[in-house]
Order: sequence, then structure tokens, then C-alpha cells
Amino acid sequence: MPTDFVPSAAELCRVLPEIILTLAGTVIMVLTPFSRNRGASRLGSFALAGLLASAVAAIAAQSNPGPAFQGMLMVDGFATFFRLLVIGVGVLTLLSSSHYLRREGVEPGEYYALLLFSVVGQCVMAASNELIIMFVGLEISSIASYILAGYLRDDRRANESALKYFLLGSFATAFLLYGVAWTYGLTGTTSLPEIRAALTGLESIRSELLVAAAAALMFVGFAFKISAWPFQIWAPDVYQGAPAPVAAFLSAGPKAAAFAILLRVFITAFDPISARWEPFVWLSALFTMIIGNFAALTQSNIKRLLAYSSIAHAGYVLVAVTAHSQLGTAAAMFYLASYALMNIGAFTVVTHFSRKGERYVDVQDLAGLGVRQPVTAALFSIFLLSLIGVPLTGGFFGKFYVFKAALDGGLVWLTVLGLLNSAVAAYYYLRIIVVMYMHEPGESTDTLPAPGTGLSIALWGSALGTLLLGVYPAVILDFADKSAKFLK
Amino acid sequence: MTFLNLCLLLPLAGFFLLLVIPRARENAIRIACLATSLISFVLSLGLAVSFDAAKSGFQFVTDSPWISSPPIRYHVGIDGLSLWLVLLATLLTPIAALISWRYIEKRVKEFYAFLLLMEFGLIGVFVSLDLILFYVFWEVSLVPMYFLIGVWGHERRIYAAVKFFLYTMAGSVLMLAAMIYLYTLSDTFDFTRLSALMAAGRISLRPAEELLLFLAFFLAFAIKVPLFPLHTWLPDAHVEAPTAGSVILASVMLKMGTYGLLRFCLPLFPSASRESAPWVVTLAIVGIIYGALVAMVQPNMKKLVAYSSVSHLGFVVLGIFSFTQLGLDGAVYQMLNHGVSTGALFMLVGYMYERRHSLEIADYGGVATPAPGLAAVFMITTLASIGLPMLNNFVGEFLVLQGAAQANFKWAVYAAIGVILSACYMLWLYQRAFFGEASETVRSHLRDLTPREWVAIAPLLILMVWMGTATRTFLPAISSANAQILEQTQHNVEFHVRSAPSTEVSVSALLGTETRTEADHAH
Repeated sequence: MPTDFVPSAAELCRVLPEIILTLAGTVIMVLTPFSRNRGASRLGSFALAGLLASAVAAIAAQSNPGPAFQGMLMVDGFATFFRLLVIGVGVLTLLSSSHYLRREGVEPGEYYALLLFSVVGQCVMAASNELIIMFVGLEISSIASYILAGYLRDDRRANESALKYFLLGSFATAFLLYGVAWTYGLTGTTSLPEIRAALTGLESIRSELLVAAAAALMFVGFAFKISAWPFQIWAPDVYQGAPAPVAAFLSAGPKAAAFAILLRVFITAFDPISARWEPFVWLSALFTMIIGNFAALTQSNIKRLLAYSSIAHAGYVLVAVTAHSQLGTAAAMFYLASYALMNIGAFTVVTHFSRKGERYVDVQDLAGLGVRQPVTAALFSIFLLSLIGVPLTGGFFGKFYVFKAALDGGLVWLTVLGLLNSAVAAYYYLRIIVVMYMHEPGESTDTLPAPGTGLSIALWGSALGTLLLGVYPAVILDFADKSAKFLK
Repeated sequence: MTFLNLCLLLPLAGFFLLLVIPRARENAIRIACLATSLISFVLSLGLAVSFDAAKSGFQFVTDSPWISSPPIRYHVGIDGLSLWLVLLATLLTPIAALISWRYIEKRVKEFYAFLLLMEFGLIGVFVSLDLILFYVFWEVSLVPMYFLIGVWGHERRIYAAVKFFLYTMAGSVLMLAAMIYLYTLSDTFDFTRLSALMAAGRISLRPAEELLLFLAFFLAFAIKVPLFPLHTWLPDAHVEAPTAGSVILASVMLKMGTYGLLRFCLPLFPSASRESAPWVVTLAIVGIIYGALVAMVQPNMKKLVAYSSVSHLGFVVLGIFSFTQLGLDGAVYQMLNHGVSTGALFMLVGYMYERRHSLEIADYGGVATPAPGLAAVFMITTLASIGLPMLNNFVGEFLVLQGAAQANFKWAVYAAIGVILSACYMLWLYQRAFFGEASETVRSHLRDLTPREWVAIAPLLILMVWMGTATRTFLPAISSANAQILEQTQHNVEFHVRSAPSTEVSVSALLGTETRTEADHAH
């Protein structure tokens, strides 16, 4: 056995977050059959501890950055940023789930395990520096989330949601894998920096076209995961059918991780042929924004509305990807972080509000929330104002940095159209605020119990985070800016 | 910590204070709001006293970093232009708190909290010297007003609130794009640095570029002013808002638009502003006459006052785009006048609504009999509003017309029609509402003003007379600020093509073809 085949201690340290999460998930799976009611809540605390420990490990790994396993993984600022982001998403989801699971009367053990496994996959994606490991991470994350989407197995909509997600998702990953195979065939390597090196010396136009085709195939897979046009169709159905906390998770975690690999692959590996893919990403960004925002205008189901809004937000991030500059990467990272906070916050309110069997998921059901539960309504308003992009919330600086990067990259039209889009978006978010504050309370708000502890922590945490990013964005932006350098 | 920072941050502190006061203690909430806004007003009086009108440039400046990359700074300061607008905001907030004392009964806590947040946003807009900081305050002031209209307004409040928010938002996003674009050229969001760079000729915009940037800023401000034909949100918002909302909206918030034109559009885009002046003035004059004519046929008092605002604000825009010292002075003076007299009108209409629960003029008539005090106050305000000499509006309108006449005599002639019309609709309103036979309902419902109502309106009455007679209190500071703005509009105007008629230049600037070579010639 060659000596470099045995991972060194430093290398193991770099994958410690994944190791911790996998162990925690496995232990939960083993313990599930032995735990009854009271033990179930302990499983939740155990999963939370696992997530927090892996977050600490991710920070520790950053103190000694570098490649691991023959360069298959790369722990750099970029990886750490996204690892912490998806772990944070996991924590917030977990906090809002425990009450939900009790309410719906389902076994929590497997749910927690699957959640942890999904986060493992996303951590691997964040750190992947090579196409195969990237694909493995994507599959780990996706398969766990397919099951999570259908976790309420007696619920018809959840079943539909899981099936749609699974079928379309596997179709899209097949495209991605095909693109990986093409890339390997054309460049003879799956390592991202080596692909870049191979493409830099590329002279013949014909093989450049073939590489562009490979990139296009891979973009199909990515576009599906981030719900970008023209592969966004699944999102509303899946989010609507999935349990509310899972929808929150899907709209933030897998999406952020998919953006991480999209950025890695397109900025690191395919940067030499950026002139070829830029127009397509440009187009995709524009239509993602337009379709998301305009479709959301007419939604009455709040989960569907948030699903379309999450499509639109993917479009804003794609604007930053189109700019393909260090500034653009940093802007995309910042946006994803603030988006994760505000969107999970919004979905958490829906989780809290929907009651058993998700009876109340209509926008109209929120009537009078501002009177009955002023604090919940105020927090929800913060999330919605942030989604609109009103200053002093994270959403504003997210948009600000994205469109600044776009203007720096000379994308004037995309900026103008994108900003006008965000004005359109204001309408449907405002509608929710209108219903909460300006309509008389109805039966749905009268019977609303106070939010539980975990849920309150998730709500306050994401609200304070949203405001913090709106007042002092440097906390994240400086780090994002530094780590964006590593991509090239 | 300068006076100015205290003045700005106190309302925000009050907002947080109100959030922690228990909901049930309504009177404590009212008193806390009134006290905070009064202290803030006293502080701003301190600003006015220690303001040195002879000095040019900004005073009470604080400039500290906020965000490092891109550099966005907490840069605030005032000159003679913003000083009085800050005072207007700090004066009208306690008044708004006072007139809502009995009127607002539901969700008292939120109402007063939003009132203070509103004040924070408004003062912030007038003192920001960093473009992004300005934008932040611009949008922040939007949110509380949206809630004030939407929650405490009349029947069609939701429609009005959403329309108000969307109009302003749609206008301002392009302004944000233009700000970022300016940054890519100059590497700064700081207004004073930007204007210094422009003065030194370090940033030269191509005419087409400048025109588009100007339009992006202009659209945001024109919607807020509102300039005809972008005014349609205003009548809805005014009519549906609660009295305090209408007062703040008319008196202070509309000034954000005209302030923006003066502060940013003119100095940053001098040649584009000058070139588009004939178009803008045309819209302003159409607004003056159209607003007045529509006001004349309104059966609803609040709507009448709202349309009169469209007309009055047309004067302000006319004054600004006359590019004369007198016109600019008149415009700023008229901004303050409108704040005082239209604010008072909305308050009086609100008083009447609280008694009779109707805004229809037809439901009144003969009010002077049961409520002589109210009638007298209304009369003074009406006379001020139509520009009677010795009262405030006369000074502003006179200066604007004089400035307009210097620029183009025809403009003054057309605009003067608006002055005549304003006398028609206001006096006719007064006649129908206050004279004639008082019906039984009017007689039983319309009590005279209470002491609280007197206290609320008295400062405005005093100001009407003061501003109409002792203009020296206000004008020197305004004039020196305006002189500086006018001087800034002289920079870079060598790009002007003097021989060509202005319409042709703007067309070719849009196409971006010939103008570049002309700019090269100028170099």
C-alpha cells in the first residue's frame, strides 16, 4: 500500500465535519428502534449536538486549509463558508421540525438521521474539488432529501411531491453525470484545476464547442437543483407537498450547496470558455427571475408562493454567477447566506401557522395575525421585507452586492431588468403583510397556539441574523470576499 | 455626538422604547412618543440657532465608516437646504402625535412606534450625504408610511397603501442602479466627494450616459414629488391615510422628492438637468393647472387638498428647473410653505372628520355657526394657501414666478393661472363648507376646537404669519445653499451644444451618436 494512500491526520481533520455528521446520523438510526416518546426528543437534541459539533469541526478545519484525499476535496474559505451555511440551515430546520413531527405524529428518529445525511452530502459538495466526489455528494444530499419530501407517508400530496422530486431529480442528475463523462473524455481528468489547465491550452474551436456542450449538460443538472429556468417546474409542486420544515430545508440547504458546486465548476474549471456559457446563464438568470416573480403574483397557497419566490431568488444569484468575477462570487455567497436566513424564517412561520395536517396554508388564513400574535407577525414582516429587499435587512445588501457585481461586469440590462423584477416581487410579499395586519382576524388566527421553544429560537435566530446582515453586512461579506479569491 | 446625530437617532431610540412598553399602557405610549418627538424638536431648534448661514458647505458633519467594501459611510450633515426640512420633520411629528391622541384607538402601540420610525427615516433622508445611506433612509421611510395608511386608514386603505409602496419602490430601484453605476465610474458613494470629483472634471459622463443616469434619479424623485403624470398614487394615499399620515405625507414626505431633485439631480447631472428643463417645466406647469382644475371639482375635501398639493408641488418643480437663484429660493421656501399650510389643511379636515365622520363637502355647510374657532383657523389657512400677501405662500409663489419669468416669461404666465385657480377652489370650498344654513347634524356634531387641537395647530398658524412677514429668518440660509447648488450646475456644462436647439441634442444624446464627438471637441 503506498504511503500517500493512507490519509494523514491533517487530511482526516479536514473531513471531520462529514465524519461527525455521518456518525451522528448512524447512531440516531441505530437508537431509533429503542427510543419511545421521551427518548425521541433526546434524539433531536443529539442531532442538534452533532450539527453543532460539525460546525465547530468545520471552523477548526479552516485553521489548516488545504486539499485532502489526493486533491478530491479542497478545504478552503469557500468550502468552509458553504459548510457552515448548510450546517446552519440544518440547525434551523431541526429547531423548527421537532414540534412539527410531534404534531403530525410521526417517528422523528429517521427524520433526524436523514436530515443529517442530507447535510453530509451538502458538506461534501461544498468541499468537492473533483467531479466524481461532487456527484457523490450531490447524490447523498439528494436521496436523503427525496425521502424527506415524502416523509409523511400517509399524506397524498407528500407522496406526489417526493415522487416528482425523485423522478425529475434523477433525470437531471443523469444529465449531470453525462456531462461529467464528456468532460472526462475531452480533458482526460475529473479534477477541477486540471480541467481548467487543460482548457486553457485549448486551441481548436471544435473541441471548445464540445467542452461547451459538456458544460451545458452539467448546467442542466445544476439548474434543476437550484430551480433555475428552464428546469424550475418541479419546485412549486414539491415545496407545496413536502412537510413545511422540509420545504424550508429544500429551499435553502440543497440550493446553496448546488450553487457552491455550480460556482466551483463554472468559475474554476470552465472559466476559460466563459464566453460560451455566459449568454446562457444570462438568459437563464433573466427568465428565472421573471417566471418566479410573475408566477408568484397569482398564488394563494403560501407554500407555493414561497416556492415561486425561491425560484426568483435563484435568479438573482444567477445574475451574480453571470458576472463571473471575484465580486460576483462573493455577492452570490452573501446572497445565499441572507436568503437562507430569511427564507427559512418565512417557512418557519408557515410551519408554526399551518397546524396539524397543514390545514392553514392559504395566504388568506393569516388574516389578523398582527393582532393575535404581534411578535410572530412582526418577525414574519421582517422576513418578507428582507425578501423584498428593503434596506436594513440582509435582503437589501444581498441584492445590492449582486447587482453591483453585475454592473461591474458590464451587465447593465440584466441589472435594470433584475431590479425592476424586484419591484414586481414587492407586490406579492406585501400582500401577505396586508393580510396579516389589515384584515380582520378569522377562525384560523383565533385558534393559533403560541410558538414552541425550538420554533421560537429558529424564528428569532433567523430574524436577528437577517437584521444583522442588513446593518452590518461586513460580518459575512469580508469572509466571502476573501474566500472567493480561492476559486480561481 | 453632534446635535444632528442626536436629532436623528433620538426617534429611533424612541421607537425601540415604544416597542418595550406594554401594549395595555396606551397613555404611556402616547406620552413617550410625544416626549421623544418634542425633545427631538427642541434639539433641532438648537441646530437652527447654532447654524451659521454665512458659512458655505455642510455643517454638523459626522463622517464615519459603516461598511468597508464597497465604502459606504455614515456621512451626515446639513446645509441651509436641509436645515429647514429637518425642522419641518421634527415639528410635524409631535403635531401628528398630538392630533392622533383620540383619533387612533386601535393598535396604539404600533401606530406611535411607526410614527417615530417615520421621523427617523425622514430626518435621515434630509441629512444623508452618502448615496447609499440616502437610499437606505429613502426606503426605510416607506415602510412605516405603508403601515400607517394600510392599518389605520379609511375604506380603500389597502389599495392605497400597496399602490403607494409599489410606485415608490418601482421608481427607486432604478435610482439604486444609477447610484451603483456612478460608483463604478468614481469609486465612491460619498456625495461631497462625487461633487468634488465632478467639479474637478475627474469624472466625465458621456451625454447619453448622463441623461440616462439623470432620468433614473429623476424618475424616483418625480414619483415622490409627485410630478404630473406620475401623481396618481397621491390622491389615493392622502384620502385613505389617517389624519396624521396625511399630514406627514403631504408636509414632509413629498419634500423628499423635491429635495432629491435639488440635492442630487442638479449638481450631479448638470447638463442633463439643464437640457431637460423645458420638458420638466412643461410637466410642472401642466401639473399646476391640472391639479388645480381637478381640485376644483372634487366633492371630497381630502381629495381636494390632495390635488391642490399636486398643483403646489408643480410650483416647486418649476422653481427648481428655472435655474435661477430666485426660482430656487422660491422653490425651497414653497416646500416649507406647503408643509405648513397643507399640513394645517389636512389637520383641519381631520378635525372635521372626527366630528362629522364624513369627508364629503356636501355633508357640511354652515360650520361657521357652531364652530367659529374652527372656521377662523380654516380661513387663515385657506388664505395662506392661496397666497395672500403677508402670509407664507405668497413669498414662495412670488419668488418662483419671478425666477420663472427670468428664465422664460411664458412659464410665469402659465403658472400664474394656477395661483388664480387655487383661490377659486379654496374659497369655494370654504364657502360651501362654512357658510350657509347649518343643518341639524352639523349643528349638533361640530363642536368648536378643543384645547388639544388648538395646541396642535397653533404652531402652524404662527409659522404662516412668521414666514409671510419675517422672511429674513429663513431665506439667508436657503439662498446660500442654493447659490452653491447653482454654482455646481455650472460645472461640465461646456459639453453643451449651444448652437443646436435643445430638443435635438437630447435626441442625439439618446442615440449616443454625434454627441460623443462633440464632447471630444470640448476636451
